[in-house]
Amino acid sequence: MDKKVCNIVFGGIGGQGILKASEICGWAALYDGRHVRKSEVHGMAQRGGSVESHLRFGKEVYSPLVEVGKADYLLCFHEEEHPRLKPFLKEGGVDLIGYLSRVREMIENPKAINTAMVGVLASYLSIGQAAWMKALETVFPAKILELNKTIFLQARALRDAV
Amino acid sequence: MAKKSTKKAFLSGNEALAYGAWEAGLKVACAYPGTPSTEILENLSQFREIDTQWSVNEKVAYEVAFAASVGGVRSLFACKHVGLNVAMDPLMTSCYTGVNAGFVVVVCDDPGMHSSQNEQDTRWVGIYAKMPVLEPASPAEAKSFVAEAFRISERFDTPVILRMTTRISHSKEDVALGERTEIPAKPLEIDIRKYVMVPGNARIRHEIVEKRLTKLKTFSEKTRLNTVEAGSKSLGFIASSVAYSYVKEKYPQASYLKLGFTYPFCDEKIRAFAKSVRQCVVVEELDPFLEEHIKTLGIKCKAKHPSFRLGELLPDFMEAIVEGRARKVKPMKNRPPRMCSGCPHWTTFSILKKMGFFVAGDIGCYTLGALPPTSALHSCVCMGAGVTFNEGLRRAHPEGKIVGVIGDSTFVHSGITGLVNAAYNKARGVIFILDNRTTAMTGGQNHPATGLTIRDEPTKELDLKKLCEACGADYVDQIDPTGNLKEYEQLVADRIAADALSVIISRHPCKLIKRNM
Ligand SMILES: Cc1ncc(C[n+]2csc(CCOP(=O)(O)OP(=O)(O)O)c2C)c(N)n1
Repeated sequence: MDKKVCNIVFGGIGGQGILKASEICGWAALYDGRHVRKSEVHGMAQRGGSVESHLRFGKEVYSPLVEVGKADYLLCFHEEEHPRLKPFLKEGGVDLIGYLSRVREMIENPKAINTAMVGVLASYLSIGQAAWMKALETVFPAKILELNKTIFLQARALRDAV
Repeated sequence: MAKKSTKKAFLSGNEALAYGAWEAGLKVACAYPGTPSTEILENLSQFREIDTQWSVNEKVAYEVAFAASVGGVRSLFACKHVGLNVAMDPLMTSCYTGVNAGFVVVVCDDPGMHSSQNEQDTRWVGIYAKMPVLEPASPAEAKSFVAEAFRISERFDTPVILRMTTRISHSKEDVALGERTEIPAKPLEIDIRKYVMVPGNARIRHEIVEKRLTKLKTFSEKTRLNTVEAGSKSLGFIASSVAYSYVKEKYPQASYLKLGFTYPFCDEKIRAFAKSVRQCVVVEELDPFLEEHIKTLGIKCKAKHPSFRLGELLPDFMEAIVEGRARKVKPMKNRPPRMCSGCPHWTTFSILKKMGFFVAGDIGCYTLGALPPTSALHSCVCMGAGVTFNEGLRRAHPEGKIVGVIGDSTFVHSGITGLVNAAYNKARGVIFILDNRTTAMTGGQNHPATGLTIRDEPTKELDLKKLCEACGADYVDQIDPTGNLKEYEQLVADRIAADALSVIISRHPCKLIKRNM
């Protein structure tokens, strides 16, 4: 297994489902047998303020926070928050902001943007298919599970479509 | 890859702590909500074996939970750091009586004030109250430490403080799950000398407390909660809580004395560790709690520049801390929180703003009324002060244009006594209870005036109108702020014009309430 720790920063504003997005990835990494740490913000910050969640997984992880300039991936859900979050990205890190408008076109319900962006991210990560599916099953109630699986798979195919 | 047999879950520190407490046979748990501690009780309430409640406030929560321990079952109290201030009265003397079954006091500090009005460091309470303090450094440790805390509580006959911080409570980790151990209730025994704290008995108990501290000190030297991780001899760190995780990540080769049982201090362990490395650095968040003590031992060590006593630590700061540099203050560019659009609190603030009153505020979503461009809330210190500040400010300016606002949950928490005080001491003015039928700021918890328990079961509903009348308010009106605006404005104008003590209950449910109405 990859010994390196993978660092991902999720960000946007309250109500965009950012914590749900990092939650899906966290479970997927867990089901894939990694050690996972994730940070999030609750309370005051969720009243429409900036929301940020960091996810780190690998063989051994200590800090729940990603250092500035160390993120392998940046998933920003809101253009206005992007300048603030950009410094987290390391040199050569992958910024998924370019997918935001395409993902918006792809989905009907703007609430599903988190699942879609996670789908895009999945196309870059070495986490197995089974782990992702199990993660979606863990995070979403049965009622909306199939819909989210479909969106996830559709979005994951976006990268190849470039 | 091969599946391990242990069941694992991706849990936050608060979820893990709840799970660990359930495994440890916890029977009774009480709290009043408060970020970052709220999810502890929310998660505990999912376990049918545990009697859980939202208490009216932290003092009540502490007393009910503590009494359950005296009654003979393992119990737990949880709060945010400022919540502990409200519970300090029972806390200070519970240390004298000691416990019967294990009693754990979980306190979640909020370095960086993500959702708080100050950043007090709870570890000092250990010294002040003479109680042991445990500090987990990760969600997995929150789970294992709570079980350890119950054992320590029973072994040493003392309440135990389990100190969390936002980054432990609200970070997640893969955690191994176990089974619950049922522990039968101990008999309720009468022991007047232990549980009746009149001076004669308390003097004897104080002696026991001091002896207990000595025993806890010996324990601190031996427990594996304080461990040495041997590494390079040139650099060693003494660290606790999430700060340990940050520095360990940055300097994986260094030696560590990781403190999980922070107080009473393990002086000999600290001394030996400091001697074993060429350079010793203390890394801790907020106050110089470890640093000052270690320095009084005459041990040479480095510690963070005083500028790092403000705000939370970040992994990015570790080099600066080791090198003794000051914190570089970066301007906050975060988008500030605001009241939701369509929030029923808006109407009240727009009326008050128009009238140009000094608005004595309180804590809740409505505190956001202080932010520009509304800027219509002018004080916020602690829960309950919306009512008492109206009175105090009026004592300074009897003819002042002053009103008070307070949320429904906050009114029940600590506004009632202020209203009784105002009536009794002939104060005037208008108190607005912004009743959105929930505790919105912390995510929508029930409270007595919602008529629902922590498990959403119907219960006796506190009637705010009758209550305010009984407290001695001259006028108590209830109005829907989203209804007729003219009518609301007229009511406010009338009550302000009256030389009386009035309460206006502005009632409209928060749209974030999740349950089926
Ligand atoms: C002593 C203390 N306990 C808990 C908190 C956390 N807290 C702040 S405001 C609040 C309650 C808010 O509810 P309410 O008064 O109903 O106002 P709303 O947010 O619904 O507008 C809580 C639990 C605190 N700041 N201080």
